[in-house]
Amino acid sequence: MTMIGDIVKLPAPVEGAAPARPQVSVADVGDYVALLKPRVMSLVVFTGLVGMVAAPGAIHPVLAFTALLCIAVGAGASGALNMWYDADIDALMSRTSGRPIPRRRITPGEAFGFGITLSGFSVVVLGLMVSWLAAALLAFTIFFYVVVYTMWLKRWTPQNIVIGGAAGAFPPVIGWAAVTGSVSIEPLLMFLIIFVWTPPHFWALALLRSDDYARAGVPMLPVVKGAAATRRQIFAYSVLLLPVGASPWFLGYAGLVYGVTSLVAGALMVAFAWRVLTSTEGARAVSAARQMFAYSIAYLFGLFAVLLIESVVGRLVAGTLAG
Amino acid sequence: MENKPERVELTEEQKRSRRSRSIAIAVVLGVLVVLFYAITLVKGPAILNRPL
Repeated sequence: MTMIGDIVKLPAPVEGAAPARPQVSVADVGDYVALLKPRVMSLVVFTGLVGMVAAPGAIHPVLAFTALLCIAVGAGASGALNMWYDADIDALMSRTSGRPIPRRRITPGEAFGFGITLSGFSVVVLGLMVSWLAAALLAFTIFFYVVVYTMWLKRWTPQNIVIGGAAGAFPPVIGWAAVTGSVSIEPLLMFLIIFVWTPPHFWALALLRSDDYARAGVPMLPVVKGAAATRRQIFAYSVLLLPVGASPWFLGYAGLVYGVTSLVAGALMVAFAWRVLTSTEGARAVSAARQMFAYSIAYLFGLFAVLLIESVVGRLVAGTLAG
Repeated sequence: MENKPERVELTEEQKRSRRSRSIAIAVVLGVLVVLFYAITLVKGPAILNRPL
C-alpha cells in the first residue's frame, strides 16, 4: 500500500504536461476541484437532497444546507483519496490520465492531505451541527469507498463495482437520517435502486474502456470474463432494476406518477440493455454501450427527480390542507 | 565574503496559482464563518446541549 510520504513512481507525464514535478506547487483551484470529482458529486448531492425532502418531518433550511454541504464535501473527499491511491493506474488509462496527480499538478501527498482533512471536517461538522447518525453513515460511506472499494475490491475482483456500488447508494440514506435521526424502509429502497443501477451503468462504460482497464491491470468484468459475459450481466441487472425501481410505488411509499415513470423508464433501460446484449460487433456495439451509459444517468436522475417532485407536491398539499 | 541566503524565485505561473489558492482559502473560511454563525442563530442555546 502506498503511504503518505512514499515516493510514488509515476510513468512519464502525458504529452503537453509539465516535464517535471515543480518544487513549488503550480496547482490552481481548478485542480483541487477536479480532485473532488464534481460530476460524481452532483449525483451524490441530488440523491442526498431527495432523501432529505422525502423524509417525514422538518429541518431548518440552514441545517439542510449544512447537511448537503457535508455530504458533498465528504463525497469529494472520497474522490480525492481515490485519486491519491489510484494515481499509478490513473496514469495508465486514457480516461483518467488527465487527472491532477498523473498530470503532476498535485502531488499524491497533497491529495491525501486534502482528502483526509475534508473527510474529517465533513463528518465532524455534520455530527455537531445536524445528526450523529448521519455523520456516522457519511464516515462509513467514505471508509467503504476508499478502503473497501478503492484499496481492496477494485484491484481484486471483477465484482468490484457490484459491492463497491454501495458507497454511491448511501447519500439518500444520509439525507434521510439528517432529517429524522433514523433510518427506515423508504431510504433503504432508494439505496437499493442505486445499488442495482450501478453495475449496468458502470459496465457499459467498462465495455467502452476495457483496453484501458486491461492496460492498468484492473480486473473489470469485460477484462476478466469478456464482453459477452458483461453484456449478459448488464441485461440481467437491468431486468432486476425494473421491479426494484418501481418498488417505492408498489410498496406504497411513492405515488402513481412515480410508479408509471419508473416502469416506463425501467422498460427503456431494459431495451437499451437488450441492444447492448445483441450488438456485439463494430460501431453498433460501441454505440449501444455509449447510449446505455448515457441513458442510465438520465434514468437515475429522472427517477429521483420524480420522487423529489412528488415529495414537494405532497408537502405543499399537506401544508394547504393543514392551513 | 558576501553570504546571501538562497531564495526560491517563483515563476509568474507559480505566483498566479498561489494567489488563486489563497483567495479560494479565504473565501472558504469566510463562508464557514457565516455558516457557523447562521447555525448558532438557528440552534440557539441547544447548540450547547450535547449529551453523549
